Amino acid sequence: MNSVTKELLSSISDFKEGFKGAYNIREDSGCAGRQSSEYIKIEPKHDKPGIVIRISAKAQQETVYIPACVTHSGVSDLVYNDFIVEDGADVIIVAGCGVHSDGEEEARHNGIHRFMIGKNAKVVYKEKHIGTGKGTGARNIDPVTEIAMGENSYMEMDTMQISGVTSTNRTTTAALAAGAKLVIRERLLTDGEEYAKSDFKVSLYGEDSGVDLVSRSVAKGNSHQDYHSVIIGSCRCTGHSECDAILVGNGVVNAAPELHAENLDASLIHEAAIGKIAGEQIIKLCTLGLTEEEAEQKIIEGFLK
Amino acid sequence: MLELKNIHWKTPENEEIVKGIDLSIPEGKLTVITGPNGGGKTSLAKLIAGLYTPSTGQILYNKEDITALSITERAGKGIAYAFQQPVRFKGLTVRDLLELSAEDTLSEDKLCAMLSTVGLCAQEYIDRNVDGSLSGGESKRIEIATVLNRKNAKLLVFDEPEAGIDLWSFSNLIKAFEDLKKQGGRTIVIISHQERIMEIADHIAVIAEGKVQTFGPGSEVLPSLLCKDKKCACPMNSIKKEGC
Ligand SMILES: Nc1ncnc2c1ncn2[C@@H]1O[C@H](COP(=O)(O)OP(=O)(O)OP(=O)(O)O)[C@@H](O)[C@H]1O
Ligand SMILES: [Mg+2]
Repeated sequence: MNSVTKELLSSISDFKEGFKGAYNIREDSGCAGRQSSEYIKIEPKHDKPGIVIRISAKAQQETVYIPACVTHSGVSDLVYNDFIVEDGADVIIVAGCGVHSDGEEEARHNGIHRFMIGKNAKVVYKEKHIGTGKGTGARNIDPVTEIAMGENSYMEMDTMQISGVTSTNRTTTAALAAGAKLVIRERLLTDGEEYAKSDFKVSLYGEDSGVDLVSRSVAKGNSHQDYHSVIIGSCRCTGHSECDAILVGNGVVNAAPELHAENLDASLIHEAAIGKIAGEQIIKLCTLGLTEEEAEQKIIEGFLK
Repeated sequence: MLELKNIHWKTPENEEIVKGIDLSIPEGKLTVITGPNGGGKTSLAKLIAGLYTPSTGQILYNKEDITALSITERAGKGIAYAFQQPVRFKGLTVRDLLELSAEDTLSEDKLCAMLSTVGLCAQEYIDRNVDGSLSGGESKRIEIATVLNRKNAKLLVFDEPEAGIDLWSFSNLIKAFEDLKKQGGRTIVIISHQERIMEIADHIAVIAEGKVQTFGPGSEVLPSLLCKDKKCACPMNSIKKEGC
């Protein structure tokens, strides 16, 4: 594993010298380390680049690390990872991706993650994205997440892009069986000329399924973000989507939440709020001795925390 | 300690609100500013803390002219202001605000002590967001705590600290102000409509219609504000208007 990978890994996960338990480290389209555990088996795919992660019902509160790193310009990585979570398993998946550009060419990672979540299973999925390096080449990450949730399963998706990604196009789709609950927390920060697009489509087809989707974002500099969410409720279900964005400088955010209620008992809500930081928040922090710049920084940090 | 010299202030719509205030706040004492709604008390507090800039006049703080200084610069010199209407944030916790105010990381014990002074049970509040989920009284008390514990504060201005606070906590709050006074070394200004707060004042200023109507020792001003039947303190008495 090269030094750039080590640095990227510590930014996107709690990597120190290595990982405990099951992991797979992807580096520049290759494998820089892989280990299965008793209850989490990781195998390479034979038809396409990528791995299959099988999580047995016996895995309880176990963590698996699946980070991917692109460490220089001129790499365009594409990977298909499948997570098969058995009925009743309880797992924490730490994914995340770092792209580093050191030249004029693009550094790109496209990860297509599919989740097959069994009945009563519980998944916490953490995904952190970051771009680094002084190269002029673009640092792009286009993640696709497809989630099929079994009856009464629970998934929490905590996805975060902190800085340095030139362009990202994030697509998440989910279909929920009866009683399944999906919680999504997205946090995005763009600056300079960066662009981020977030697209969610959640289908609530099982009775009493529910989704709670909250996206918080900050668009600084001349950056641009598009947020689009679709929640489809075709039975008795609950759906909530919230897009809360702060604009700084010439940042632009377009938010388009869509709700499709196809059943009398579908209860769907959306909220979207976009605006600059309220002046009084900055003023209050200034009365505590912070400069306006420090105050803005603190407020953004707290907002994305 | 603080001298306001012929301060005028106009709203952005050019309406004059503060109409020539001359006031000298004595060092190390507790001064209460009272007066009718809309009289200009909060505007004056904001002028002191630097949220507003006077259209004319001069503000001297320890003899230094601070009229042109920013909010941050004034905070750095020890001026602290507890807002009448506390600001709400998205994502800052009670701990965050108190640590920013104290300019230090704070132990649970320290946070507990700070919050219990304003009558809050610390464990329940430390990690709460300072947002719309707090009740009016809760956010008001947290606001007061950020000023009571402000690092190196020398001039502490509280804008209607009693508003929205229940009676039990109110007694505690009075005690906190008295303790602050006893500790010495700080100058306290409290904007208030409450007789019980006026009772602990060294000096009372009555502000109405953008001007100081009365200023003097609390023992002299307070009786003049009280109605004949002594059931209420009425600032109108001192501005010689009908009604009480
Ligand atoms: N930024 C502003 N823009 C416009 N008008 C303002 C502004 N600030 C204050 N005012 C007006 O100035 C007047 C005095 O307001 P101020 O808040 O100073 O009164 P106050 O004495 O604190 O009253 P209260 O006892 O109700 O708190 C009011 O009529 C208010 O509407
Ligand atoms: Mg006021």
